[in-house]
Amino acid sequence: MGAIITLGILGILLLYLGLYKAKNALLPVTVVGLLVALGFLVLQWDLDAKPLYHGMVLFDRYAIAFSALCILVTVLILLLSKEYFRSISEHVAEYYCLLVLSLMGALLVTAYHNFAMLFVGIEIMSVALYILVGIRKNDAASNEAALKYFLMGAFSTGFLLFGITLMYGAAGTFDLSGLRDYVLATDQVSPLFYGGILLMLCGLCFKIGAAPFHFWTPDVYDGAPILITAFMSTVVKVAAFVGFFRLFGTVLVPLNDFWTPVLLTITIITLFLGNITALVQTSFKRMMAYSSISHAGYMLFAIVSIGAASASSILMYASAYCLASVIAFATLIVVKRRTGSDQFESFNGLAKQEPLLAIILTIAMLSLAGIPLTAGFIGKFMMFNNVMGSYNVMLLVIAAINAAVAVYYYLHVVINMYFKDSSTANQQGLQLAGTYKVVLGIAVLLTLAFGIYPDFIIGLL
Amino acid sequence: MDNLFILLLAPVVSALVLCFIKEAKSARWIALFTSLLSLALSVPFLLGFVPDASIQFEQSWMWIDLLRLQFHIGLDGISLPLLLLTNGLMPLIILSSFGKDHKGSFYALISFMQAGLLLVFLARDAFSFYVGWEVALIPIYFICALWGEGDRIRINIKFFVYTFFGSILMLVALIYLYHQGIIRSLEWDALVKLHLSENAQRWVFWAFFLAFAIKIPIFPFHTWQPDTYTHAPTTGTMLLSGVMLKMGIYGLLRWLLPITPFAVLSYGHIVLILCVIGIVYASIIAFKQKDAKRLMAYSSIAHVGLIAGGVFSLQPTGLQGAVLQMLNHGLSVVGIFLVIDVLQRRTGSRNLSEWGGFAKPMPKLAILFLILLMGAIGLPLTNGFVGEFLLLKGLFGYGVWYAVFGGLTLILGAVYMLRFYQKAMLGPIAVEAKPMVDIQGYELLVLLIIGFFTIFLGVCPNAILRLSEASVTNLLNQIKF
Repeated sequence: MGAIITLGILGILLLYLGLYKAKNALLPVTVVGLLVALGFLVLQWDLDAKPLYHGMVLFDRYAIAFSALCILVTVLILLLSKEYFRSISEHVAEYYCLLVLSLMGALLVTAYHNFAMLFVGIEIMSVALYILVGIRKNDAASNEAALKYFLMGAFSTGFLLFGITLMYGAAGTFDLSGLRDYVLATDQVSPLFYGGILLMLCGLCFKIGAAPFHFWTPDVYDGAPILITAFMSTVVKVAAFVGFFRLFGTVLVPLNDFWTPVLLTITIITLFLGNITALVQTSFKRMMAYSSISHAGYMLFAIVSIGAASASSILMYASAYCLASVIAFATLIVVKRRTGSDQFESFNGLAKQEPLLAIILTIAMLSLAGIPLTAGFIGKFMMFNNVMGSYNVMLLVIAAINAAVAVYYYLHVVINMYFKDSSTANQQGLQLAGTYKVVLGIAVLLTLAFGIYPDFIIGLL
Repeated sequence: MDNLFILLLAPVVSALVLCFIKEAKSARWIALFTSLLSLALSVPFLLGFVPDASIQFEQSWMWIDLLRLQFHIGLDGISLPLLLLTNGLMPLIILSSFGKDHKGSFYALISFMQAGLLLVFLARDAFSFYVGWEVALIPIYFICALWGEGDRIRINIKFFVYTFFGSILMLVALIYLYHQGIIRSLEWDALVKLHLSENAQRWVFWAFFLAFAIKIPIFPFHTWQPDTYTHAPTTGTMLLSGVMLKMGIYGLLRWLLPITPFAVLSYGHIVLILCVIGIVYASIIAFKQKDAKRLMAYSSIAHVGLIAGGVFSLQPTGLQGAVLQMLNHGLSVVGIFLVIDVLQRRTGSRNLSEWGGFAKPMPKLAILFLILLMGAIGLPLTNGFVGEFLLLKGLFGYGVWYAVFGGLTLILGAVYMLRFYQKAMLGPIAVEAKPMVDIQGYELLVLLIIGFFTIFLGVCPNAILRLSEASVTNLLNQIKF
């Protein structure tokens, strides 16, 4: 709980720093604050976890591991922000404050033990993002994205609340243990409860961007500032997934005959839709948006076939995906600064000017594609393994076909970097800030380390 | 010094070192030195190897505890020849690239690929095997695409997606197998002992087969191959044809035959028919080629068709022949591609109709090329003869007609290879403008070494056959039920 309190205080502190024009202190204070929060989490690690505050939140190992992942990714993203936010607007303190608050919401979602907390967490996480997405006030695309995200988010919250209400109507409790007792104890689960499950499913699928509830994803990812996109596609997605997993993997497992077919259908649609539309994109940012849909599909494997290794696989997959995404978006920022565009063409000739950056992005792409010796491969392997564990050979074959399709578009950017010459006149080398080097270095080393010896992350949970 | 892990690690380390070397001259010398070091490291295994069916020099570590996946390497009579092939060919391949100015990154990719290939040949568990299989693919993609020529981007994407699709099918099959045992495991020993239903074997067979067949390549999964060979740099072509396609054949031997014996018995004839079609078809097409590299690409399809046929003949001689012929083919293609490269650099063309009469100004090349050619055709006292004889004997044991059609490789091979020789070496001198300098230095050295082994393995094939005999017999005993 220390972590959440720290983040809350940190958010307010950052606003005051903004007020007193202490701009240079913003980044260090945020990073230190996040590390303190991380410290609180780590200290709680081996404790015998019990629900806190009348069963509102539960910081068990899942919650701590995923929260730590969220905080680490946020730190990486924030380290990239130093010059980026300044180039957008004068008032940088808001960014930091909103990001930190959004992260606090994400932590609540990973640790909720009561539907009230789930709702509060999702709202804190999302409301901060609605603002962040539209923070470039004069940019029409950014405004459109913000409005779209807000409307869609409001819809999905509506579904979620309706679902919660129905489940409450059937079981008479918001508490996860209470709900589990209800599901286990009653022979005849009320039809209201089934309706609630479906509505919750819709609401959560909105948040993770699974098809057919994905329509907001490409436009919002595209319209938002790149770093905000990076935050949304990593931290928010991971948190929503853990929320999803917590409900379906613990409470609703006995009823999986009911919801598995639905979720299976969603998974298959998500995979195909994400991959095939990613294939025809001309913009790198939009390609990442669609590919993030398909990754949601892969991550759903762990929930479709709940098993002993499900949580570990989500952690592995999510870490791999977050690291690769951070690299991809960081590179995109650099490239966009050079050419002013986020099309694939703007990556042309990058390998000649910045060989190291090109290699790092290549490793990230290989990780997203699931090639061995990168974290992405281990993640995919574990996901496929889960599916096979519940003897879903058909889904496995579909996933394999999709993985082969995905290679094609991930290689697209590699081809642009290595085999095409830059068309822009601006040929001088890019000036990479020190923080960029640190972030890229950490991300790529972790990607390789998890790929070569994944045991220390898999063995956590 | 007989530590397999160090052997595996050596190319990785040299790849890391080579990454940082910008200057071309020192890069190639360091690359040569490290590859020779790898070769030297493999000598103790040859000396310490006891030619029985056992697995030797085993090492294993737990890799992913939760899934009980191991990193398990070891050596038996089938792995050892391929280990020697890989580590033996690498110095030759690096040496034959001495005429070009490649930076360290080029050689780093080769070294990294070598590590992947070694892991494929040494892996005793399917997870490591798969990792090696994929790790070998990435560098060759970059080698072919970065240093290739012509429409290389489109062609290499095709090559990559094709082979990746095959690999991912194999991954699906592996994960399926992983869940079949009482104890979840991907160890070779455990997978071989699985009691798979006939139905399960069928589709596991096809998933594996597609992965291997694309890599080998067996007709009709070969369509990526001629283009990729033609547009890759010569070094890339050597790596692809000399070593990489052996991964596929090795996969057949090591994984496909023992894991799905029933399916092999029931579908083996289909594969054999495909192989035979590939042999005849590729030989005929090879005859019509103008581009020397393309000719060799098709001849390669024909030759590996025969090798795969020998594997599926399920006869001891066929399998022995396959092991031996993998080495022979590797040696001879590397040699012939170097010859093509030498001529291309002298004349600026690979077009056979623009070549001719090179034997007069280049007598050394003419002689060494003839030796290689005889090996490739399979003339007695050369390595190719022994290999093809064993393969055909194996096929004969399976069915006479397979042997008859398989034997066409020899006849058609002689036809197109002699045509090749005639077009290049004999007749009037086509290119008058440039002075033709005979091979010298590294070119001569590489061709001499290959020429020596062509004859040496033809005269005493037992040097290799002795190593693999017991393992092959043991493997076949495991299949027959």
